[in-house]
Amino acid sequence: MIAGFIHRAVMQGIPLLFGSTGEILTEKSGNLNLGIPGIMYVGGISGVIGSFLYEQSVGPANIKYLPAILIPLICSLVGSALMGLIYCFLTVTLRANQNVTGLALTTFGVGFGNFFGGSLIKLSGNDVPSITLTATSNFFRRTLPFAGKLGWFGKIFLSYSFLAYIAIVIALLASYMLRRTRVGLNLRAVGESPATADAAGINVGQYKYVATIVGSMIAGLGGLYYVMDYASGIWSNDAFGDRGWLAIALVIFAVWRPDISIIGSILFGGLFIVHNYIPNIDVSTQELIKMSPYIVTIIVLVIVSMRKRRENMPPASLGLSYFREER
Amino acid sequence: MHQKTKHVREPLFHIVKRDAIPNWQSIMIRVIAVALALLVNGIVILAVTGENPINLYITMFDGAIGTSRRFWSLMQNIAILLCLSLAVTPAFSMRFWNIGAEGQALIGGFATAFMMIRFGESLPTAVLIPVLLIVSMLAGAIWGVIPAIFKALWNTNETLFTLMMNYIAIQLVSYFTYVFSVPKGSGQIGIINRSSRAGWLPIVNGNSYLVNILIVAVLTILVYIYLRFSKHGYEIEVVGQSEDTARYIGLDVRKVIIRTMLLSGAICGLAGFLLVSGTDHTITRDTVAGRGFTAIVVSWMAHFNPFYMILTSFLICFLEKGAVEIATVYGLNDSFSDIITGVIIFFIIGSEFFINYAVKRNHARGEVQA
Repeated sequence: MIAGFIHRAVMQGIPLLFGSTGEILTEKSGNLNLGIPGIMYVGGISGVIGSFLYEQSVGPANIKYLPAILIPLICSLVGSALMGLIYCFLTVTLRANQNVTGLALTTFGVGFGNFFGGSLIKLSGNDVPSITLTATSNFFRRTLPFAGKLGWFGKIFLSYSFLAYIAIVIALLASYMLRRTRVGLNLRAVGESPATADAAGINVGQYKYVATIVGSMIAGLGGLYYVMDYASGIWSNDAFGDRGWLAIALVIFAVWRPDISIIGSILFGGLFIVHNYIPNIDVSTQELIKMSPYIVTIIVLVIVSMRKRRENMPPASLGLSYFREER
Repeated sequence: MHQKTKHVREPLFHIVKRDAIPNWQSIMIRVIAVALALLVNGIVILAVTGENPINLYITMFDGAIGTSRRFWSLMQNIAILLCLSLAVTPAFSMRFWNIGAEGQALIGGFATAFMMIRFGESLPTAVLIPVLLIVSMLAGAIWGVIPAIFKALWNTNETLFTLMMNYIAIQLVSYFTYVFSVPKGSGQIGIINRSSRAGWLPIVNGNSYLVNILIVAVLTILVYIYLRFSKHGYEIEVVGQSEDTARYIGLDVRKVIIRTMLLSGAICGLAGFLLVSGTDHTITRDTVAGRGFTAIVVSWMAHFNPFYMILTSFLICFLEKGAVEIATVYGLNDSFSDIITGVIIFFIIGSEFFINYAVKRNHARGEVQA
């Protein structure tokens, strides 16, 4: 049962991990992108649209492995990259307020997801009762063939689809990049003090653009993983819920470090489903337990601010637009 | 040995901060932005429905103000959104990013609902309504002041703190909707005091929304006076411009932060009261429905001016109602309105740049030296 619990916790945690890794990269460049929840919706629905059109054009029985994976993947990446681009254009080039832009982006993205989720069938003129991409999802959900034979070890470590492992690899790479490479150092400099970075010859705008767009693409994959793997290829509106905000909470919990975020995501995932594993629990108490990730996050946020250790603080210029001539 | 000349490419344009530009120009820029947004939206709508956009905009008008019922419902929506926008404004003016209006309003609404359930039978409505009003504002104020205290004492990031408080409020209300649910276990409270109407705001002149609208109208004027003419308003302004200056002139910055967030939270609580006692007569976790977030955009687009907020909240609510109507007529999903409003907001946010900055062409400097 414990192996089963951890397995489910990881499945819940992976979308959060994608989201938080993306948001960490973004925030390290000084952009507080509150559009992440919307971006994750767009990442999910873009993959669904691509996959739906592909399945409908060749028939669910005839789809091939490679296009079935690549089409949704590319659609998802393009969709979320465009969202990141809108955010960057408004906040970096046009120096708009980041909070306002981010919230507008979330409204837009969630609306975009629900709109196409609800209207895709009508718009594409197909005659199917609901968006069910079981065939594609089966490809996405393929796991290692020998995972089932290794008992609890296989269940905990090997029983996930490729996107889950990609999430962990991306988080580790991002962590390495931020702490050990020149690019990471520059990126952190941009987030801490863009004026200093600018004086040192770093192209602030370029770093902000690249970090935010790449961050959005990573976050969007979280949406794709959710639909294709967790939800078995069935899109239902609002099912993704508040996971995007939870991903932002996870950024704080992980004190802006993607490697801690891996553990954190599994913990948050566990808190999300733990009520299923407590016997004789009533529905109302379940709702209270779902509150716990947010409370834990606030506690971390407060402790970090009280201790004032430099390496754990939010990037100093987080939320501020940079204009060279305004120094 | 010859000197290697490094060739630096000059960008074609450079950007300079503008001095204050005349009012008519800034209005023109906004009008152009909205017009462009409507054009883009027209293309989107055309692509989705294949219908003549002019007809669709007529459908929107019909959906928003076509009948007297729709008109009043639009006014009611504007009132709530405006109330929330007024609530976040004092905090924003001192650069405190309160994005917790959603939670503060929900807690206010919940306090109202709780009191209506608990005292609906024992207190006469004339006593109950003032009690509801006070309790809801108190609840909102408490929810708002918690992040403010941490901000004041330890400089805890308020954006993230208030954001998290939203979801704690939502889960808390979710918990209590199960506890008080009718019938037990359904997870829904249903209409509270349906027969006795205890704690419901009165119907005036046959219109159940009029009281809401009047309260918010008065509030708009009060907030304007508070920010513009009171000593508190001045202090908020100074803290917003520069905390160091505020300290230099002897202001207690912590006190200003805490006091302002008490006010901001209390007005959010009032919005919750208007939603529960004046509109829905029930509470769910979705009662505020994202309006706490929209309010931030509304307040910001209006440059924190309460009277401009009437315009911006009208614009948002109008589009929302209109887009929902289009969605219904063409059998599409309701969320269509979010896309339409999203596009408009992007354009308005973007247009601010052209009001604050001027883009100038660079003169080709390199050619002179050749």
